[in-house]
Amino acid sequence: MTAAEPFAGGNDAALRAAAHLVADLAPAPAVWCSGLHKRYGRRTAVDDVSLEVGCGDVVGLLGPNGAGKTTVIKMLLGLVHPDSGEVVLLGRPAADPTARARVGYLPELFRYQPWLSAAEVLALHVRLSGLDVTAREQRECLELVGLAERAGDRVGGFSKGMQQRLGLAVALVARPELVVLDEPTSALDPLGRVDVRDIVLALKSRGVAVLLNSHLIGEVERVCDRVVILDRGRVAASGTLGELLGQRELRLQLTDLPPEAEARLAATGTVARTGDWFTLALPTDDDGTAVPDLVRDLAVLGARVHAVEPARITLEERLLGILRAGSAARSGRQR
Amino acid sequence: MTTARTVLTIAALTLREASRRRVLLALAVLTVVLLALSGWGFSRLAAESGASTLTSGEARLTASILINLVMFGFSLIAALGTAFLAGPTLSGETESGIALAVLARPIRRSAFLLGKWLGLVAFGSGFVVLAGLAQCLVVWATVGYWPPEPATALALLAVQTTALLTLAVLLSTAVSPMASGVVAVGLFGTTWVAGVVGGLGESLGNDAVGSIGTVSRILLPTDGLWRGAMHAFQDPSALAQFGGEEVEAFPFLSVAPLTVTYLAWVVVWVAMVWGLAAASFLRKDL
Repeated sequence: MTAAEPFAGGNDAALRAAAHLVADLAPAPAVWCSGLHKRYGRRTAVDDVSLEVGCGDVVGLLGPNGAGKTTVIKMLLGLVHPDSGEVVLLGRPAADPTARARVGYLPELFRYQPWLSAAEVLALHVRLSGLDVTAREQRECLELVGLAERAGDRVGGFSKGMQQRLGLAVALVARPELVVLDEPTSALDPLGRVDVRDIVLALKSRGVAVLLNSHLIGEVERVCDRVVILDRGRVAASGTLGELLGQRELRLQLTDLPPEAEARLAATGTVARTGDWFTLALPTDDDGTAVPDLVRDLAVLGARVHAVEPARITLEERLLGILRAGSAARSGRQR
Repeated sequence: MTTARTVLTIAALTLREASRRRVLLALAVLTVVLLALSGWGFSRLAAESGASTLTSGEARLTASILINLVMFGFSLIAALGTAFLAGPTLSGETESGIALAVLARPIRRSAFLLGKWLGLVAFGSGFVVLAGLAQCLVVWATVGYWPPEPATALALLAVQTTALLTLAVLLSTAVSPMASGVVAVGLFGTTWVAGVVGGLGESLGNDAVGSIGTVSRILLPTDGLWRGAMHAFQDPSALAQFGGEEVEAFPFLSVAPLTVTYLAWVVVWVAMVWGLAAASFLRKDL
């Protein structure tokens, strides 16, 4: 044994311990930003916005026009310089362009070189991304957005909807780990919207993080794990859909209700009654059995069940509530 | 992605844009028309001198003046072409949103700008050198005149185009595509006129008027480079033929070659204007 070996062995162990430590750490979020501020002249566009998109998470960005959603997205991607604040993309500070190597982006204002063909636009973006994406993968990407048959056509002759589909392909082509979609369905027909939803869900299943800015609240509600609501440049609310929408409710129309059945209802949650209609707050830890069990028990106890309706507050109602509360608070302060 | 690869990709894209947008075709048609016209003019000149209405010295002087005149046409086409190409390709892309998707890739903005600039330089310089060479050949074939320093002359025309398009790139990072082209070409014309006025002042012995040309040639070196190119195109004996001081006042003959100091200033000027363009583009919110 040479003198160096025990030392090298010790080093090895330390290295392995360090590797374990790193491996045990939670992976860096796909997007992390803190305290973003941006002013245009005297108008504050973004005021102290912090948000996080975890790896594999689908986060929706909601808010009225002029809330600063697109400005926030552009600051994350280094297209707009924040006055202050920090951005980390996929574990690297956003000031370093390589942080965007695995980021796909569909801008709100989607325009691609009209003198190139769709396939050439994809090839250009693959080249700029510095990754080795085969021609077959590029073709598959165009197929995915429904442009396979127009691959060789000049983008200048594309409709707005087709250009937006091409933009989606551009965002997806360089094997992204984070995809930022700014109003991805603004120019699409209902079929195209369903396609986008399927694409986002497919990305989610592959563990790709998605930041989705959309006016279509239903779309956000269907695909997003978390939602960030911006209003006048500030984060008005954020959280998982469950957190934002609160508990679910159930509306039941019942007649011939024996006292035991009433007790069964009260045991499930708080009950409010209007005539034959009962509104019941469901437990938050419901694993999906509460409703069928309740209906079975009510029937067994002799109650006649005419209707059972889920009465969930929608994201749209919640969003409007938050925005109205914000505007009422502001007008209150002004007075 | 390495910076060099980004620069080359964007430069190639810019060249492809110029060819796909039919700029190349338009320039080729203009060039052919200008070459044909000048070919006809020169052959008429040869026919005249053949009839011994002009002495050989006069013929050389006329050939020198004419070749400089046609070359001015080419440098004007190159200047207009690149200045109006620089606007749309840079600020036009920022305005339309094409730049958003490209600049969100892992590339540096300075590399993107350098690529655009390099593509435009290759395009503009390539055009003046090829068209200028074709013109020299037309003159040689029709009247048998070959410029004393064609390589220097063509290189100076290429540098002139580069200087103007660098200015156009700087302008297009700050103002709209249309305005950047108009201002660049306007400044190009203004310096040329200032050069002619300055020459007039010098030939009249008026130092104040004479200095207008010098100052304008320092502020925007296109006219200085153009005069250097003319000097390399024209026959040395033509100056003597034209006669002493008055040649200063004539816009299509040049009395002196460019100094090394002036050429060094041109390099510094281009680097400085490019640096300003990069600083402005880097700070821009898209």
